[in-house]
Amino acid sequence: MNIEIKNVNKFYGYQKVLDDVSFEVIPGEILGFLGPNGAGKTTTMKIITGYIGMDSGDVVIDGKSVKTGETKSSIGYLPENNPLYLDMPVVDYLRFSAKLQGVEKGKIENKVREMIKLTGLNKEKHKLIGELSKGFRQRVGLAQALIHDPEILILDEPTTGLDPNQIIEIRELIKELGKEKTVILSTHILPEVEATCDRILIINKGKIVANGTSKDLRQQAEGNSLLKIKLEVPENETVLEKIKELPSVEDVSVVNNETGRFDVKSFKGLRSNREIFDLCAKNNWPIVEMIPIETKLEDVFRDLTMN
Amino acid sequence: MDSILTISKKELAGFFDSLSGYIVLIAFLGFTGFFTWLYGSDIFIRKQADLVVFFSIAKWTLFFFIPAITMKLISEEKNNGTLELLLTKPLNESQLVTGKFLAAFFLVAIALALTLIYYISISYLGKIDHGAIISGYLGLLLFSAAYIGIGLFASSISKNQIVAFLLALFIGIFFQIIFDILGSSLNGIPGKVFDFLSLSGHFDSISRGVWDTRDIIYFLSICVLGIELAKENLAFRK
Repeated sequence: MNIEIKNVNKFYGYQKVLDDVSFEVIPGEILGFLGPNGAGKTTTMKIITGYIGMDSGDVVIDGKSVKTGETKSSIGYLPENNPLYLDMPVVDYLRFSAKLQGVEKGKIENKVREMIKLTGLNKEKHKLIGELSKGFRQRVGLAQALIHDPEILILDEPTTGLDPNQIIEIRELIKELGKEKTVILSTHILPEVEATCDRILIINKGKIVANGTSKDLRQQAEGNSLLKIKLEVPENETVLEKIKELPSVEDVSVVNNETGRFDVKSFKGLRSNREIFDLCAKNNWPIVEMIPIETKLEDVFRDLTMN
Repeated sequence: MDSILTISKKELAGFFDSLSGYIVLIAFLGFTGFFTWLYGSDIFIRKQADLVVFFSIAKWTLFFFIPAITMKLISEEKNNGTLELLLTKPLNESQLVTGKFLAAFFLVAIALALTLIYYISISYLGKIDHGAIISGYLGLLLFSAAYIGIGLFASSISKNQIVAFLLALFIGIFFQIIFDILGSSLNGIPGKVFDFLSLSGHFDSISRGVWDTRDIIYFLSICVLGIELAKENLAFRK
């Protein structure tokens, strides 16, 4: 199912929390929703699920507006902080969720069993949810979101509070689910987005500031490539001069006053590796290290959200 | 309808899983039983085979117990964030509130059903007016429905259960006595209006066996108004 978010605006009082947000998600795609705290990620997700309304614009899921309330049954939602009934046993809670989601009576038990298996809750199934650790509670949250086999999954920070092993498990699970379903997940853990998502959407102060694959975004923000080099040279002065004269080099600096260690910044769109190599070969300066510094998603994120 | 019943069943199971259901039932039976059979102007002092004492005690017992039952119904969901979980499922505010209402109503109905044993006992003690008793019980059910409506509304206002409880009592006290007092102390139209607003007045006439559609409409309107306001309160987040 397609999700189309069309020019959504939302105010909390006088504060504009979403400013003309538009994007689209297609089936088989995992969309990573990134942004600093308070950027509007959760608000957007709540609007898509129909929990809160919008001041203008529309969210259309498979041709139906969320305002009709008819889209709820095709969405599986794991809210932020994963609210659960702590005094209910896991199985009872899953049965309750299945019933509310309109799973057929005869299929409820099977579905519950399937979910318990999928999320690895077998040993915990008869415990009260309140007795479970955070990681297991998160699994219960996922299980209730998946119980009616929804075509759309909306996960608000699904891996918070999990240990590294659990994070990997949950990521694998999400990836697997993302093959057929339309998935939107929000997080502020950047490696997570790179590991799981097909596309990244960065939102800041209620506006979408970037939309693309992690590769796209990196290229977009790349601009000047940076090289860290170490040469075996007797002193820095002449080398510095010579490198500076290279046509592709915008700037060069000595690192830590160390002899032979330089940071070379090239002009936008140009690469200076080859010229530096030629220069060093000509002058007989052995190159000990040459490390291209890639723009990390962290940098992209900082660039886009830090002003 | 299915989802309403799913909510009611879950809520009702919750009452008994957390013991609060048993506590309410036992305390209700304890209070009403004590005053009906053992203390004050009890049945043996009145020497009449009727349940007038029970009905007037039940009126006050329910007045305090219903807010205790309803206080958590919505406020707890709000406080825990589970409201979001419920309302993002194919369930609307009105089904949610109705489901909660039915759960509370059913719990009160169980409490009242357990007191039928008083009725049975008394019917052995003397000639009893069955009509008046049935009418009294129906009156108590209507009375409870109205207070559950008020309780749900109070519970939808606050995330805090204690606030919800006190607010329900605060609103309730107007219907229980203040309107009654105003009605009898004021003359003319204001007096009549307050008389009509007094819940006790309507209950007293029903529990005497006098059935008037105005009384029924009165109880049902308070109940429906409470449910509607609670629903609007929930929808207000949008």
